[in-house]
Amino acid sequence: MNYEIIVVGGGHAGCEAALACARKNHHTLLITANKKNIADMPCNPSIGGPAKGIVVREIDALGGEMGRNADKSALQVKMLNTKKGPAVRALRIQADKITYPKEMLKTLEQEEYLDIKEGMVENLLLKDKTVTGVELADKTKISSSAVILTTGTYLRAMILTGANKTPGGPHGEEDSKFLSNHLKDLGFKILRLKTGTPPRLKKSSIDFSKTSLEPGDKAHLSFSFDNKIYYDIANQVPCHLIYTNQKTHQIIKDHLKESSMYGGYVEGIGPRYCPSIEDKVVRFSDKERHQLFLEPESLYYDDIYLQGFSTSMPHYVQEEMVHSLEGLEHAEILKYAYAIEYDAIDSTQLERTLETKLIKNLYTAGQINGTSGYEEAAGQGLIAGINASLKLEGKEPLILKRNESYIGVLIDDLVTKGVKDPYRLLTSRAEYRLLLRNDNANFRLTDYGYQVGLISPEKYQLFQTKKEQVKKLFNLLKETRITPKKEVNDYLIKINSQSLKDGISLYELLKRPEITINNLEEFISLPFTEDIKEQVEINTKYEGYIKKAMKEASKMLELEEKQIPKNISYENIPNLASEARQKLMEIRPTTIGQASRISGVNPADISILMVYLRRYKND
Amino acid sequence: MNDTIVAVSTALGVGAISIVRLSGEDAISIVNKMFKEKDLTKVKSHTISYGHIYDNDEIIDEVLVSVMKSPKTFTTQDVVEINCHGGIIATNKTLELCLKNGARLAEPGEFTKRAFLNGRIDLVESEAVMDIIESKSEEAHQLGISGLKGNISALIENFRTNLKNLLSSIEVNIDYPEYYDIEVVTIEKLKQELAKMQQDLKELIDLSVSSSHIKNGIKTVIVGKPNVGKSSILNRLLEEEKAIVTDIAGTTRDIVEGEIYLDGLLLNMIDTAGIRNTNDLVEKLGVTKSFQMINEADLVIVVLNSSEPLTKEDEEILEKTKSKPRIIVLNKSDLPKKLVLKNLDNVIETTTLNTKGIEPLKAKIKELFNLEKIKSKDYTYLSNTRQITLAKKAYQNLLDAQKSLLENNPIDMIEIDLKECFDNLGEIIGITYSDEVIDNLFANFCVGK
Repeated sequence: MNYEIIVVGGGHAGCEAALACARKNHHTLLITANKKNIADMPCNPSIGGPAKGIVVREIDALGGEMGRNADKSALQVKMLNTKKGPAVRALRIQADKITYPKEMLKTLEQEEYLDIKEGMVENLLLKDKTVTGVELADKTKISSSAVILTTGTYLRAMILTGANKTPGGPHGEEDSKFLSNHLKDLGFKILRLKTGTPPRLKKSSIDFSKTSLEPGDKAHLSFSFDNKIYYDIANQVPCHLIYTNQKTHQIIKDHLKESSMYGGYVEGIGPRYCPSIEDKVVRFSDKERHQLFLEPESLYYDDIYLQGFSTSMPHYVQEEMVHSLEGLEHAEILKYAYAIEYDAIDSTQLERTLETKLIKNLYTAGQINGTSGYEEAAGQGLIAGINASLKLEGKEPLILKRNESYIGVLIDDLVTKGVKDPYRLLTSRAEYRLLLRNDNANFRLTDYGYQVGLISPEKYQLFQTKKEQVKKLFNLLKETRITPKKEVNDYLIKINSQSLKDGISLYELLKRPEITINNLEEFISLPFTEDIKEQVEINTKYEGYIKKAMKEASKMLELEEKQIPKNISYENIPNLASEARQKLMEIRPTTIGQASRISGVNPADISILMVYLRRYKND
Repeated sequence: MNDTIVAVSTALGVGAISIVRLSGEDAISIVNKMFKEKDLTKVKSHTISYGHIYDNDEIIDEVLVSVMKSPKTFTTQDVVEINCHGGIIATNKTLELCLKNGARLAEPGEFTKRAFLNGRIDLVESEAVMDIIESKSEEAHQLGISGLKGNISALIENFRTNLKNLLSSIEVNIDYPEYYDIEVVTIEKLKQELAKMQQDLKELIDLSVSSSHIKNGIKTVIVGKPNVGKSSILNRLLEEEKAIVTDIAGTTRDIVEGEIYLDGLLLNMIDTAGIRNTNDLVEKLGVTKSFQMINEADLVIVVLNSSEPLTKEDEEILEKTKSKPRIIVLNKSDLPKKLVLKNLDNVIETTTLNTKGIEPLKAKIKELFNLEKIKSKDYTYLSNTRQITLAKKAYQNLLDAQKSLLENNPIDMIEIDLKECFDNLGEIIGITYSDEVIDNLFANFCVGK
């Protein structure tokens, strides 16, 4: 068998990678252990949220699938942070765990250049440090020009509950036992990471009268810029909120040593942002309660996901813990919580294209790179797919910058800083988050999507029209002036704004914090769609801050343009601090900008490096 | 960068011994031309030779010459240090001879720059070294040492810790918006915190600017119309007859400079031509220059004659100096008072008939430059321009944040200013670890699935 590109793993990273390659007309094979688990959501039943939701929009703007697929499976939608500024707004949907994988599989199967095969990859085929294919557990060899590994948590996966350790993946499937050893032999540094998931409860056994309702937004919201909705706005499935109590905490404290984590059964490092309930109780012992959400998993079965209650306690303790919660006194646990340990590679061994430094044409994306989250995985999968294809086409890679996208931030963080615990995107990781908004992902990235061939000419034309509309509205507001006439001032006073003394353009008026773009319709008709108006409103109101962010970004870009020669020998640079020297030798940054972001490399080291490079250039 | 530079590396006229230092390829051969007792090109590295500096056959000074060969020197180049014993004139003459023999006068900080560029010291060290080298008075020296000891870092860390906590609280609300038990950073809370921080940072900057005056000296300009006693005041301060003092109006046509130490505070005194409307071309030039000096001054001493009513020229001077740190001296207070001033700050009375009459002026200067406050506070201040500039930027960030608060901007916008402030403060002490806020967030808040 012979393919151009093989994608190993059918999770969120694998789906995006495979689709990107196939849509770019490369014969692609997706190998998965179990076709039933393609695009599975083994943890929380939601997609999006702060930072992550923006990643989904970015994926859509680049021509990826996650946004559209999530829209198709929405049970409930919510725009978060609406009371804060536009930069931090983010969409989150509760996604149906049956619909999402089903729809994704349908999309994959429709792709002309994509084949799907069940199997377990145990070895890579190599020639001269270049990957040439894969070998399956049954010794079948399949050759290809590039391989993308998106193995998720399946490398030497181990499920833990209490002292109980079972090798295998989240659904009890077989794990990949040899691939990570093989990678280790090839020179990859292997990390052992851990994550966990809470118990699933039977919906009909919960007393919802003791919980408080958390409904979705009664609004038309979608991830995809296609802007199609598939849910019934009036009949969204709600979430519910409950809290832990002293009794719960006491049970946890009494049984602490029985948990995998505190019993010393876990080798892997868990995520800081996703602590288990026992972690929360121990580390924040002063807190009287912790909040838990009851989230629906699907319309097609009865499971409720108990968000906030991830644990690695033995089953009988989990029963006690769950029953101590108000409303869950008689709850039936359908699936117990567990912790899962898995191998990941050290992401500093990757290029910014997600190609490995050690093996040519081998790319990795998703949890294998030490990240967590469906969205982070999908974003990387898309970029790995695009770059593997571009490489086969002999074209320049797509490297997104930190001021262009959260995906760029994510990948730069991975390859520059590496991870210690599973990496999650946060808005605070983005220095220029005002530029990386939910509303402007297409303005940032659709050009790239079109250039790499994932955005169709028709779609691109629509986007161009949108851009022109924004320009038109801007000009209209700048050109239209109002004067301090009585009716103008009466209206302004009515909406709690100050009356005018001199004439002013509508653009200037819109800068007033209390004025919305819809207020302007009092003076002029604005026949534009809501998303156009939103663009203009945000860019007008926050112009000062946006300019500031752009100035900061351009400073960063200047440093990004300063290339570091590939063959630089850090041993020869006098007076670098030894920690900096060691880090620089490990990570081998490609630009001064990247070097400056490595922790342990101080400004003084950067000046020394720059002086050295200047001389190096002169010699 | 290999040409040979030379400078007097000790403060002129302050210490008993002055050191003329050279660095560069020809350092040894240049000094060798001026030194006769030994062939310096043949001496061992890191040795001291006794002898004399000659200008042709004339002995200029009795000196000790240290020869240090590359690379184990401060700049990693050949370095020669001439220890001169003969005071300012002999030192200057030695310096001139070095220049004549092919050395170039070093720019300020050029030795340290070479040391830094040659990988000898890091940026932070180089700043502290610069502070110590450049210190002209004991107080300034203390400041430099305190920089080396890391007192400044501790002080800035305090600000950063406050900001970091504030930032993580805001961030946690953004990344975990549905954690209802976490305290939301309200506008009110932010207002309070920012006001406090702004005040503290302002104090630090003010005191640091004063302390930079300690290091660099205060450019003090004395202005007034002719014959009100400017030069007499200067002379009383200098306690030597440097400016020409006569009773004829318009004698001081040139700017006269002198340095005085006031309890460790260095004042660079500048006398100016008396300001009056004149047709004398030379004097007119002097008047123009006087106004120019006012603009460049750190402190303006406006001298008025208290025994005469206020004139138009006086009013003009008061107007021109109103935005400057200034002291208004009503001189000739021994004579009957005829001058009336309305609502002006920092007005004192002096007489130059005796030394005591000038005391109120000295006290006022010390007060204006926080000398007492600085001395009592162990010298933990930002001590160089880079640090002060960054602190001022950070201060501006706080002002921007407060303005943004008043404009009802969303909290995550305001946070942009705060983050910039945090980064600027970090830059002062050379910290760039950008995940600090995130680390702090997870250490302090209980969030997650």
